[in-house]
Amino acid sequence: MIEATIEVQESALKTIRGILRRLLEQGTVDAWLVPMALPSGDVGPTSPGGSVAPMLVTDPEALEKADPLAPVLPINAARAVANLTVTGHQEKLGVVLRACEIRALVELVKFQQAKANASAGDNILIVGIDCLGTYRVTDYQAARDKGRLADELLEGAMNGELRPYEGLAFRAACQMCEQPLPDGDHVDLTIGLVGVEPGKVYFKARDELGEALGLAANDAPAARAEAVEKLVASRVDARDAAFGQFRDRVDSMGGLLEEFSACIRCHNCMINCPICYCKECIFRTATFEHESQLYYQWAARKGEVRMLPDTLLFHLTRLNHMVTSCVGCGLCTEACPVDIPVGTVFRTVGEKVQAIFDYHPGRSLEEEAPVQEFREDELTTLGSRPH
Amino acid sequence: MAEAEFEPRIIAFLCNWCTYTGADLAGTSRIQYPPNIRIIRLMCSGGLDPVYVSKALLEGADGVLIGGCHPGDCHYQSGNYKARRRIAILHNILQQMGFDADRVWLRWISASEGQYFADTVTEMVAALKDKGPNPLKGVGSI
Repeated sequence: MIEATIEVQESALKTIRGILRRLLEQGTVDAWLVPMALPSGDVGPTSPGGSVAPMLVTDPEALEKADPLAPVLPINAARAVANLTVTGHQEKLGVVLRACEIRALVELVKFQQAKANASAGDNILIVGIDCLGTYRVTDYQAARDKGRLADELLEGAMNGELRPYEGLAFRAACQMCEQPLPDGDHVDLTIGLVGVEPGKVYFKARDELGEALGLAANDAPAARAEAVEKLVASRVDARDAAFGQFRDRVDSMGGLLEEFSACIRCHNCMINCPICYCKECIFRTATFEHESQLYYQWAARKGEVRMLPDTLLFHLTRLNHMVTSCVGCGLCTEACPVDIPVGTVFRTVGEKVQAIFDYHPGRSLEEEAPVQEFREDELTTLGSRPH
Repeated sequence: MAEAEFEPRIIAFLCNWCTYTGADLAGTSRIQYPPNIRIIRLMCSGGLDPVYVSKALLEGADGVLIGGCHPGDCHYQSGNYKARRRIAILHNILQQMGFDADRVWLRWISASEGQYFADTVTEMVAALKDKGPNPLKGVGSI
């Protein structure tokens, strides 16, 4: 790995665009998947409009609109990487992702729904960028000076003190994200912002990539380790507080029926989840297209039955299927039209379930997900005759 | 007249090769056990998706019994090890969501253990009688 801190030209964003452009022009990659600014479209009286979405870019000129610093995450782009790789591709694909997107991608590779393991021969280059927090899409759209949102975060990043823009709040998932920096052997290039002096950007690149970029190795910024530690500590506090609130709520209600009582069973959380790995979800099959008569039987048995039924079953099943691999991107919460804190439920429940297997979703391509493997000598009391 | 004693209803998912055959042996050996159990035969405990266990509980079953081959004896080599992980995950999730995870039992019962099968059902019925009915039995808002 080559580590280098370089002075920016004009702005951090322009410098990063320059790096992406250079790698595209010299053929290190044939295409970038990168967040791009979208036109504002139909601008309403109260909203300046405009957003950001990941786009597949082959034209170097188009990278002038690349905006990986925009503090917004409309989708988890690991889903896009899955589309771009799973059935094979000729081009060398470069992807610019946040930490939670990289973690989701690692999980998708394990479930064979993306091919993004360069060390196994997959044709991909993963660029991770320090995440300084993201706002809800609607908040970002409504912001008049979008550049200012990113700039303020860059200023705070120096000390690891990331505060939301006046009047805004980070997404709930970001507020409790204790893994905001890209990490792991599968990351080819890290674009570092936390603990980096204003006017500079820190790069950590695989040797050959660093050479291709002409990076002269110098040290990591002196303040980085301390700033990262401070940032992570504040996020851990917020996370533990959120976990505690959730657990108190479950205890006081004597169960979690009410947490999901507002659910309209739209399945948006499942659709927006990058991990939910079943190609055909059981809740969208004939299994749950019950015969009309059956509803009356259920109603007769219980006196009443919720329509549409199986609402809690849907969430319980999703927990069972993928909570071991939940990377905490929180896009389920964003997708919920009735503001159920789905992501907080999954992260809280996930913490204890993942601990059974000492599993850290998205950490490494070398590990298998808990639902994919087993050990003969584990959980030995479960199932055996009690004495 | 005294109120009828609560009779728990147990849904059992039994693997074809071991526990289901064990239940068969209990029957052919004329070993008595309580009739509170409704058996669903599976080819392997490893083929049981937690969705069906959850569904049974949410619909008001008082208990769910999952029966498989002893570790190392799976007809398909490793299905019961996979089932064990899934049930460990399910137990943990049920607990965290405020449900009573002790209503879900996993037991390894071989084809020759007819008596153990009968004992297990007897034990489970007694344990569920102590617990009382599944509180979700009358809840339609699930």
